[in-house]
Amino acid sequence: MKERDEERITKLLQSALPPVSADAEPGRDLWPALLRRLDAKTVAVPWFDWALGGALMVFLALTPSTIPLLLYYL
Amino acid sequence: MQSGEGNVLEQFRHGDLHAFETLFRLHQRSVYGWILRIVRDRAAAEEITIESFWRIHRAHARFQPEMGFEGWARRIGSHAALDWLRRQRLERELPMDLCTEPAAPQTPDPAVAAEIRLKTAQAFERLPPKLRIAATLAVVEQLPQKEVASALGISIAAVKLRVFRALRLLRKDLEQQGVTP
Repeated sequence: MKERDEERITKLLQSALPPVSADAEPGRDLWPALLRRLDAKTVAVPWFDWALGGALMVFLALTPSTIPLLLYYL
Repeated sequence: MQSGEGNVLEQFRHGDLHAFETLFRLHQRSVYGWILRIVRDRAAAEEITIESFWRIHRAHARFQPEMGFEGWARRIGSHAALDWLRRQRLERELPMDLCTEPAAPQTPDPAVAAEIRLKTAQAFERLPPKLRIAATLAVVEQLPQKEVASALGISIAAVKLRVFRALRLLRKDLEQQGVTP
């Protein structure tokens, strides 16, 4: 792209999208909404599921020959 | 850095909620303004500011006080804004109403000029978000490339390249719509 083309497209873009005022501020206090977001519980995986997954991994590591069998039944 | 602010930063790093609120009150306007410049939508900028500070809080243990809060917050805000632009792009899936129209004549007609500006803005929205964000900050907002690079976590050369690619794609899109810049 030629330098003159670049200048033209830059000017066109600047006329189509005027800059946003640098001193804009939110229309409301965002802290309460942020607090609600922080308080929202994240989706927790129960400890039993972790234990079951861990036990399965250990079992598969000890008996790798069962992996195809497990995949067949999944 | 003043020792008072240094203490707040250190407390924030250890997960203190009051320190986090102090930093939020100090920097929310700046982060909001930065995000607004990227997304150009006040309601979206408010939501992304909340999302950004939520991410900031989640990452408090990784914060390095000696690096300063403002730049770090801006960088996280830029990433949150980029994620929003990506989602918008996927949701919108605008039919690219391109081609077939003849080239716009070089005329001072205000209606034609307004149409060209509209088509330019629409074409700009169709750019890949990574290119769009760089062009918004460097070309539309005319911010120093060093500042843009720092906020996006890329080199100045990468900013220049993204702006160049954005302008090239924009020109091609406009040409397909019959607008010769």
